Amino acid sequence: MPSTSPAAPPPALQPGPALAGISASDAALRRFLHGLPGVDAVGLQARTAALGTRSIKTTAKAYAIDLAISMIDLTTLEGADTPGKVLSLCTKARRPDPGDPSVPSTAAVCVYPDLAATARAALTGSGIKVAAVATAFPSGRAGLPVKLADTAEAVAAGADEIDMVIDRGAFLSGRYLEVFETIQAVRAACTRPDGTAAHLKVIFETGELGTYDNVRRASWLAMAAGADFIKTSTGKVGVNATLPVTMVLLEAVRDFRAATGVQIGVKPAGGIRTTKDAMKYLVLVNETLGDDWLSPDWFRFGASSLLNDLLMQRQKLTTGRYSGPDYVTVD
Amino acid sequence: MTPPPTSSSAKSTAKSTAKNAAKAARAEATTAPASTAGATATVTAGAPAGPVGRKLFGYAPAPESRAAAGEIASRYGHYINGEHIEGSGQETLTTVDPATGLPLAEFAQGTAKDVDRAVRAARDAFPGWAALPGAERGKYLFRIARIIQERSRELAVLESIDNGKPIRETRDVDLPLVAAHFFYYAGWADKLEYAGFGRRTADGASGANPRPLGVAAQVIPWNFPLLMLAWKIAPALATGNTVVLKPAETTPLTALRFAEICRQAGLPRGVVNIVTGDGRTGAALTGHPGVDKVAFTGSTEVGRAIARGLAGSRTKLSLELGGKAANIVYDDAPIDQAVEGIVDGIFFNQGQVCCAGSRLLVQESVHDQVMEALKRRMATLRVGDPLDKNTDVGAINSAAQLARITELAEAGEAEGAERWSPECELPTSGYWFAPTVFTGVSATHRIAREEIFGPVLSVLTFRTPEEAVAKANNTPYGLSAGVWSEKGSRILWTAARLRAGVVWSNTFNKFDPTSPFGGYKESGYGREGGRHGLEAYLDV
Repeated sequence: MPSTSPAAPPPALQPGPALAGISASDAALRRFLHGLPGVDAVGLQARTAALGTRSIKTTAKAYAIDLAISMIDLTTLEGADTPGKVLSLCTKARRPDPGDPSVPSTAAVCVYPDLAATARAALTGSGIKVAAVATAFPSGRAGLPVKLADTAEAVAAGADEIDMVIDRGAFLSGRYLEVFETIQAVRAACTRPDGTAAHLKVIFETGELGTYDNVRRASWLAMAAGADFIKTSTGKVGVNATLPVTMVLLEAVRDFRAATGVQIGVKPAGGIRTTKDAMKYLVLVNETLGDDWLSPDWFRFGASSLLNDLLMQRQKLTTGRYSGPDYVTVD
Repeated sequence: MTPPPTSSSAKSTAKSTAKNAAKAARAEATTAPASTAGATATVTAGAPAGPVGRKLFGYAPAPESRAAAGEIASRYGHYINGEHIEGSGQETLTTVDPATGLPLAEFAQGTAKDVDRAVRAARDAFPGWAALPGAERGKYLFRIARIIQERSRELAVLESIDNGKPIRETRDVDLPLVAAHFFYYAGWADKLEYAGFGRRTADGASGANPRPLGVAAQVIPWNFPLLMLAWKIAPALATGNTVVLKPAETTPLTALRFAEICRQAGLPRGVVNIVTGDGRTGAALTGHPGVDKVAFTGSTEVGRAIARGLAGSRTKLSLELGGKAANIVYDDAPIDQAVEGIVDGIFFNQGQVCCAGSRLLVQESVHDQVMEALKRRMATLRVGDPLDKNTDVGAINSAAQLARITELAEAGEAEGAERWSPECELPTSGYWFAPTVFTGVSATHRIAREEIFGPVLSVLTFRTPEEAVAKANNTPYGLSAGVWSEKGSRILWTAARLRAGVVWSNTFNKFDPTSPFGGYKESGYGREGGRHGLEAYLDV
């Protein structure tokens, strides 16, 4: 059971009767995943396009902008990242608009593991989470011991949340159990000495999975293996989060809760840059899952440039005038 | 799908937290959501499935401007020989806004004299129009198509006001299709010799090019006023016919606005004539001895009367009538998209669609799963103001139609089917009917046999593909059908056995001008759309 409270005990890995035995063997897991209902691509895309036409105005827009800001995992994942850059980002996460204290802070700051400690120190007392990518992010191409060490290091450095990647090569070649067991092992590595555990987000890199059917299978695999959140993308490949892919994830968490009683979070990441984009995602959540997921505990945006567009739109709503990029901070 | 286990105090915590959050959101809509601090972290086991509450993120009204419809005159006459003229009779009818029940405009009840005048104008215009080179006729049609695109917002708003359908549909479905039909048939105008209906040989020694029929009398329904007009007028003009069209008596406004577009496009006088009125005007038009072709879309009852009247005459007839389409969902269907297809099939245009998927045939092994998902989805349908951009289901077109839907739904209950509608607040004035589903329907129930023409779905079950096909075909109608399965061979097997003019697979209610549309059995004859649609207006 996911929890953001640091005092909560680590959830037991019991998929419940609905999923009993699915990881008994590679064959059993394959039977389960391939027995899930298929996804019709045309119908899925038509549905998300239709929801994309929702018109979000005035008070609804104000609510959605603040909700979106509070759901952002403010991210920097560059080779050129430095402590200075991360500190600057943490300041921005605490108070996104220096001129307006009513703007909520973001949900988290997302960095590479070696900068987790920097972020931890900068965010202490703010309630903002430190998320660290791990497991040989973004490709996931390393042996299990390396992935576990990567994870443990980030957790030890103070990460509240671990964003792991699955091995897409293993998934695409049908070695589902290997992916399943890796997630379980990383989950175990998220445990801290005091018995609490970092939240685990599992990234599928949906742009590399090829089909919506695969995205649905990856979702169920990760949820059954103990993910707290399922996440679309690393932001490092050509195709990142899309509305249809996110819809598949939302349907998966909805059906998973109906089957097991366990609620899982969703995080689209990469390519979400404008307020308009963010509104569309929130509409998707609203009309697929409803209130229960409309909170930073259950839905996040993995994004960097999105925040500034939200701030500019917010300024426009409050003042009635369009501002420009020079009226929000670069980072 | 198993219901979530209910346990522990987590449920009550979740509820009260959500309630507080909702309160906070209402109180200070512009500040941060109340749950930022992570207070709801323990909302897990025991929370009810599906979108519940729906309080946090309510959409503020997003009304399209009524003024965009342009000026609605208080009184309209007919459009004959390129002129807007008064009707010859004293009687007028009133069209109302179905969303409010308030009158929009008065219009003329066409008399036999008006009809005769219109037919004569069309007859006079025919030789000149038919003699134009196809490329020239095409130019007019292309021009009309472009003007429709340019004025699409105006027409969409006007259509929503007069018909009651949501602006989302008129804007995203009706108007784009209307323009597409004119563009498509504009392209055929100069290629009729190559449409496969024969042509004169190159040396002129034998054969004949396809020829227009003459004057076409066209009577259209109120469910897609402008789209049905396009389906009728575009192929008729492309093939060189002239037309007299009668729009439905509850939705004349967009047809009258179309008359302005004909003028704007410089269409020669008398090529398009529009006479308004009710069934009496329609009878006068379809029974007029001076017409060469009758095209009717509407009820089977009226279609039958028209066919009887024309029997033995030389007048060519095409009919597009009622339907009671089966939407077959196999157990290997893509369930989430099938649910969308079911919703599109029966709630699109408030179910007032002749090809609506009004009979859901679902395989017994997935019945409960599909019904649970369908009800969850129906609970998110937004019923209300047709001009709000977020409305999914608008108003029923008329008091008479509402009465018919209500009567049939009550019959369904009386016959023992189980009725369900999501909670939704209907406006107090105007004509409204909540999205409704009947389960436990058997083949003998009236709601399984008669066309309801409203947002009412009847759910039946089947066990094998043979049974699905037998039940689907067990209807006097045969306009459309749907098949949902991830298995291609099963779709093809089923589609080949369904006696319906259109079979959609893994989708529903998709229209395209290039695709012919029409019925089997009591759903009519003749095809509209595509190359096939030309034949109804050609002497071949």
